[in-house]
Amino acid sequence: MAGLTDLTITAALDGLVKGAFTSRELTEAHLAAMAEARGLNAFVVETPDKARAMADASDARRKQGKVGALEGIPLGIKDLFCTEGVQTTAGSHILEGFTPTYESTVTANLWRAGAVMLGKLNMDEFAMGSSNTTSYFGNVVNPWRRKNGSNVDLVPGGSSGGSAAAVAARLCLGATGTDTGGSIRQPASFTGIVGIKPTYGRCSRWGIVAFASSLDQAGPMARTVEDTAIMLGAMAGHDPKDSTSVNVPVPDYRAVLTGDIKGLRVGIPKEYRVDGMPAEIEKLWHDGMAWLKAAGATPVEISLPHTKYALAAYYIIAPAEASSNLARYDGVRYGLRVPGNSLDEMYELTRAAGFGKEVKRRVLIGTYVLSAGYYDAYYLKAQRVRSLILRDFTQAFDKVDVILTPATPSAAFGIGEKADDPIAMYLNDVFTVPVNLAGLPGISVPAGLSADGLPLGLQLIGRAFDEATLLKVGQVVEKAAGFTAKPEGI
Amino acid sequence: MSLDRKAVAHIATLARIRVPESDLDGLAGELSTILGWVEQLGEVDTAQVEPMSSVVKVDLPRRKDEVTDGNCRDKVLANAPEPAHGFFTVPKVVE
Repeated sequence: MAGLTDLTITAALDGLVKGAFTSRELTEAHLAAMAEARGLNAFVVETPDKARAMADASDARRKQGKVGALEGIPLGIKDLFCTEGVQTTAGSHILEGFTPTYESTVTANLWRAGAVMLGKLNMDEFAMGSSNTTSYFGNVVNPWRRKNGSNVDLVPGGSSGGSAAAVAARLCLGATGTDTGGSIRQPASFTGIVGIKPTYGRCSRWGIVAFASSLDQAGPMARTVEDTAIMLGAMAGHDPKDSTSVNVPVPDYRAVLTGDIKGLRVGIPKEYRVDGMPAEIEKLWHDGMAWLKAAGATPVEISLPHTKYALAAYYIIAPAEASSNLARYDGVRYGLRVPGNSLDEMYELTRAAGFGKEVKRRVLIGTYVLSAGYYDAYYLKAQRVRSLILRDFTQAFDKVDVILTPATPSAAFGIGEKADDPIAMYLNDVFTVPVNLAGLPGISVPAGLSADGLPLGLQLIGRAFDEATLLKVGQVVEKAAGFTAKPEGI
Repeated sequence: MSLDRKAVAHIATLARIRVPESDLDGLAGELSTILGWVEQLGEVDTAQVEPMSSVVKVDLPRRKDEVTDGNCRDKVLANAPEPAHGFFTVPKVVE
């Protein structure tokens, strides 16, 4: 059925309630769209049989009057979430063929809410990347193209690049992502969709392949703020299996979308005016301020003085934690094994063959900064700077209720650009990384188009566990921006 | 901090990643660039600052010391590359 793939989750739920179509019909429409769009390489694994079975089960439940918050909604799942009986690779050769015998808490929560799984979405290897060009299973292509006639394939951002491309290309109504330094918000911005990184501890990390445990957080990606609100409500919640998941109530996020932001104080951090920021990003930011002001909020200039050190601290902390987490890939219990004459040789050959270039680079950096004699100078120093970054935010939130910044310093770039310079690639995350270091929630909302006709996003940062305010303000930005552009051909 | 090929080879051994001789110089350059870049943290006075140990101030939860899982050997071994007789296997480590 044409048109079904272009619905929002909100509209699809209404249609299912009214009986305008079934979950099976909605699911078939998406499976057909996925088959047409394989050139984007958004999915690592498609699970059509499972999708049909889940859709039929949902339709049967609906007949019995059992309707969950995402009843019958087809979703894509980032390949970082363990899914029982379905290959889970984290985009890495070292996990090729790994088929979990258990389900991650977040995906289990989604299935309990009635959602349908379409398949597993491509991503940067172990979520390390900002362009989805480090996956063992190939690059993901952004469905958007520049309007200047160059027609080069663009990156969808990363690491949740498959999720972003699939949602933007109408291959699923929503998708899960994870965000360690911007991996939900940056690809959402590059593809014109909404992505929210919740507060650290809001969603369980149990069953998610670990990258940097003190930074990783799962969140939803969808085409409207309301859709992400519905998904977040289903994904979030305390989980005794994750000792860092926090036992606080999950609000009804849909109910808070009142549009009423009168009197709200919106922080504008002066340190986010970085050198060489394109004029169109600066303009977008000013548009955002004007929209919020028009809706009754008050912009307040604030200072986050340690912002400029966030990326450097991140590129010590994240690789250090990654080198520790990835020690488990040794060819013994799961994943790839390359035979060796000794145990050490087997480890070394397995890890040399199983990890890609960027993952090796980060594991080596992490191993070095944690090694004897360097731990204090690098890791502890970075953790001290991290305390200062959090303090900056804490002091700012004495004066303001929410912070507005650009989501990324540029629009999507071409595949292969920035490939030779890791630091240029790392700079993609300059606006998103501080939020992870402080553990705060952040949302990226599509707010305009670049001169080349590519989507640009604005980021809102909130107090810990105040996703409700982010979603409320995010929807005001969304409505004021009136972003209706779509990738060509969709 | 600038790393030479000898240092990179040592780090690779610690990380248990085999790095071909021909890659050592390239990696030494890349890693040195990244380490040089992160050294800007030296500008920040952190003498009176505690390292951040957790994002959210909560006490580490405790649970009762009781068995909540188990009896799932086949599930544990399901993805093992070379299981044998209900065990993981590794190259011989004891003569």
